[in-house]
Order: sequence, then C-alpha cells, then structure tokens
Amino acid sequence: MEQTKKLELQKKATQIRLGVLKGVHAAASGHPGGSLSIADMMAYLYFEEMNIDPKNPKWEDRDRFVLSKGHCAPALYATLALKGYFDEAELATLRQADSFLQGHPDMKGTPGVDMTTGSLGLGISAACGMALSAKLSGKDYRTYTICGDGESQEGQVWEACMFAAHYKLDNLCVIFDWNGLQIDGPVAEVMNPTPYDKKLAAFGFHVISIDGHNLDEFEAALAEAKTVKGKPTAIIAKTVKGKGVSFMENQVGWHGSAPKDDQYEQAAAELSATL
Amino acid sequence: MAEKIATRESYGNALAELGEKYDFVVLDADLAAATKTGTFKKKFPERFFDCGIAEGNMISVAAGLATTGKVVFASSFAMFAAGRAFEQIRNSIGYPHLNVKIGATHAGLTVGEDGATHQCFEDLALMRTIPGMVVISPADDVEAKAAVEFAINHYGPVYMRFGRMAVPVVNGEDYKFEMGKGVNLRDGKDVTLVANGFMVHLALEAAEKLAEEGISARVVNIHTIKPIDKDIILDAAEKTGAIVTAEEHNIIGGLGSAVAEVLCEGCPVPMLRVGIEDKFGRSGKVQPLLDLYGLTVDNLVAKAKAAIALKK
Repeated sequence: MEQTKKLELQKKATQIRLGVLKGVHAAASGHPGGSLSIADMMAYLYFEEMNIDPKNPKWEDRDRFVLSKGHCAPALYATLALKGYFDEAELATLRQADSFLQGHPDMKGTPGVDMTTGSLGLGISAACGMALSAKLSGKDYRTYTICGDGESQEGQVWEACMFAAHYKLDNLCVIFDWNGLQIDGPVAEVMNPTPYDKKLAAFGFHVISIDGHNLDEFEAALAEAKTVKGKPTAIIAKTVKGKGVSFMENQVGWHGSAPKDDQYEQAAAELSATL
Repeated sequence: MAEKIATRESYGNALAELGEKYDFVVLDADLAAATKTGTFKKKFPERFFDCGIAEGNMISVAAGLATTGKVVFASSFAMFAAGRAFEQIRNSIGYPHLNVKIGATHAGLTVGEDGATHQCFEDLALMRTIPGMVVISPADDVEAKAAVEFAINHYGPVYMRFGRMAVPVVNGEDYKFEMGKGVNLRDGKDVTLVANGFMVHLALEAAEKLAEEGISARVVNIHTIKPIDKDIILDAAEKTGAIVTAEEHNIIGGLGSAVAEVLCEGCPVPMLRVGIEDKFGRSGKVQPLLDLYGLTVDNLVAKAKAAIALKK
C-alpha cells in the first residue's frame, strides 16, 4: 500500500477510535474494547473497500455491511459519521433516550446501518441472506460482516457458516475479530472456539489469517477474497482489544465499561498525539 | 362442510399458485414435505432454499433477504418457528419490522402421535407480544389461502398458524378475508362462541346443539388475533352478555387472553375459555386427544351454558 494512502487510513482509524471514546464517555456506558479492536478494519472497509454512497444510504446496489458483534456499535457509528452519513456531533448522543444511536445498531433509526444487530449470532445469518439475495437477483454487490471471537460460541454462527458454504456465497466475506477477550475473561478460558482456521476451512470457507491492525494485510486479504469462486471467505483477524489506548489494551475490564473523565482525557490525548 | 383439507396443504397450494403472480422467496428447515412448502419448491425450485435443521439461522437469513427488498416466507413447525426461533423472530424480523412471513404448521394438539415436544400451544402468546407482528390463525382452506395472499401484499412481519389435520371448509368461495376483522358466522342472542383455527367448525356444531336445546348462540371467527377486532367482540358482549372462547392453544396467552383483554377494558361480561388448560400435550390419535383435553363440541356446549348461568 502506498505510504500516503496508508497514513490517511491510519488517520481515519484514529478518528474512529476518538469517535468511539467520545460516544462511550458521553453515554457513560457502552463497549469500547471491541470497538477499538476493529477500528483499523472499519476504516479500510468504509474508506477504501466498499462501494457505498453516504448520500444514498439505501442505494440497492451498494455493498452491505453487517456488524454481527453489534455491541461494537460505537465503532460503526464513528465510522458512519466520519464517512458523512450523519453529523459527528451526534456521536455524543450515544445511548441517550432521544438519540437515533441505540446501544446496538438499529437499521430503522440510523442512516447507513444495513442490519439491526446486537443479539449475537444473528447478524452473520442476515449477511448470508443479503449475499443470497445478490445471487438470486444477479447483482454484484458484496456483503461484509464482522463477528466477534466470543460471538463464535453461538451455535447460530456455525449454522450460518454451513449455509454460506452450502449456497456457495463467494460474495460474502466474514471477518472474525480475534481479540481474545470476552466479558467473563479470555475467550480461550471461557469456552475455547479455536482453532478457527481449521474449523472454518472444514465448514467450507476459504480462510485467510491476518493481523487485523495491519492495513496491508487486510487489503491483500480482501483482494484475495474477491478472487475466490464457489465458496465464502473468512478473514481471521488477530487484534488487540482496546487497541490504541494504552491502559485499555488487552484488559478484559474494558469490554463493556466507559472511561471516567480523566481516563477519557488521557485516552483522547494518546490518540490525538498520533494524528 | 363435507370437504376436508389441512390448512398446511392450503398453505403449500397457495404458495404454489401465488408464485406465478407474485415474486417471493420461500425458506424451509428440512420440513418442506410436512409444511407443504415442497409444493412450491416443485414448481419454483429457483426461489426455494432449504436451510437444513437450523431454524434460528433460517429466520435471520430471511431477515437479511428482506432487507434487500425480497418478500420472504420462512416455514417450520410452530414449535420450532415461534418456539425455537422466537428470539430471531423478535430481534431480526420484529424489531426492524422486516417483510418476512412466517408460515408455521403443525400447531396445536392435532399434531397427534408426535406428542408434546412437537405440539405447540404457546405460539400465539409468543407472537402477539411482538410489536408490529400480524398474527393469523385461519379456520379452513379458504381462509388460509386468503391469509397467504394478504401476507404477500402486506408490508411487515406476519405470523400464520396452520394445522396438520384435515379440517372442514366453513367459508364459501366468495369469502373475503379482511385482516383484523372478525367474521360473524351465525347470529345469536344468549351467548357468543369466539373461536379460531379448526375450533371454528366445532363452535358452529356447538351452536347447532345449543339451538336444539333452545339456546341461541352467536359464532364469531377471530382469524386475526393481532390486531384483534375489538368492535366485533364488544358488540357480541353487549348483545349476548356472555362469551366462550375456543382455541387449539394454551388458554393462557392466546385467543382466550386476547378476548379477555378486550372485554375487561371495554365491556366486562362473564367469559369462559375452552382450550388447552395450561398443560403439555401427549401422543395419541387426534380424536382421543381432543376428547382428553376437552377440545370438543360437548365441552363448548357445557361452557356456553355455564357462561350464561354466570350472567346474573
């Protein structure tokens, strides 16, 4: 990837992280850890990869994105605001009673949200439905979804994987955010779903493993996914939960708690320093 | 009422017939032969997708399809659609108000031999608590087919409940189905039997029997449990002064409860419920099961008399 393009995307990712913290801090509630772990991929998807138009969020030929790990809505909202779907000032209304930014994504209320999610395991299935619809209608849009590693403990995730392979949904790209932590502790200790690569390959996926914070690797994986015919692609992205904020990185406690004022200031300062 | 046909057959036939006129997609979870979506599959294989025995995934896939503008039918037995996939129906379809139609067959006791694990008495209760969900329990072939065509033309989630057992046709070919509008099938002044599903024809038989004893019973078919026709229920309460509900469902949460809600708020009169009395089902031939659980003409007659006695 060209250096200026990479720097620009890294800047977007940092802005997304700042948006995440702004929302979660203002709400004094929400899920910063897993939102920060997907920020780099969200930046690439929305500013490089997907064929979308913020002026026409319901454009029927657009690429689709489903945040199956819906609790990371702050990352989706920050990305959508940065892309121009709505005013960035709205981020501070996250989780408020009069806001259109619900705790988990609501396709009815928020411009740019393609699917209502939040209950784990349901989003990946909906993404399968979108991909199937493209096949059925002869449309060439692609569908992307991000699942959590903890989320993969839901049986429905594997029902959906079976379905995607059975119907040869090569227009579907499932990204697993392998940040290694869930509410009760390390994913491997709570209920170990690994090995992801072997399991997903056995389920009929083309599997690519990457560092989810490395934009070159993500770019190459997405490009490779487009060349795969007859099967869906899974990108297993190893990430750091809380990435970008020193005291949040790899700390399970930041899965679902908001920073206090001083913590928010420190986090924002750390991130802003990289801009 | 000589002709008999199971409403699941009507469902499959309607899908196959209407598939020529309308563009929709049908999903099933390995029960196409039983839910009768197989009739559609045979005719339109390119618009039919078997999801295997994975009902939760099927419902969320249906939701995803619907976000792209497709009209989608998703079918399984009532137990595994409304029961197993309740949360997917609520969160993937109900909350975003997507255009998915759930065709749930094998509802109630008339499943017969398969027994309690497959006899769903709770689906109407579950489905009618989901905001925006239209809930229909058709009485016969004519109404079932009309409900399917309504569902295609209505934007939003619809739950339709069909039975396994062949049941008499009570509506004429000129019958016009109106969602949310009950049907007065017989006039009467002493009591009203409010029924849906196959209990409608039992209610009509019970009214005949009551007439022989000099009791005049009105019969109302509430095919749409939600939104419910308050006017027809309140009119029945005002004019006849006593109500008996009849349903192939738990008396908690279904038609009996829905009618009670309307009466309590609008016109409290004596009311009794015929249905499954908060029990699980069991295996058996259909008629012995109906006798055992009190889904009978005799029980309706007895309850009607008891409700009339409560008037004073």
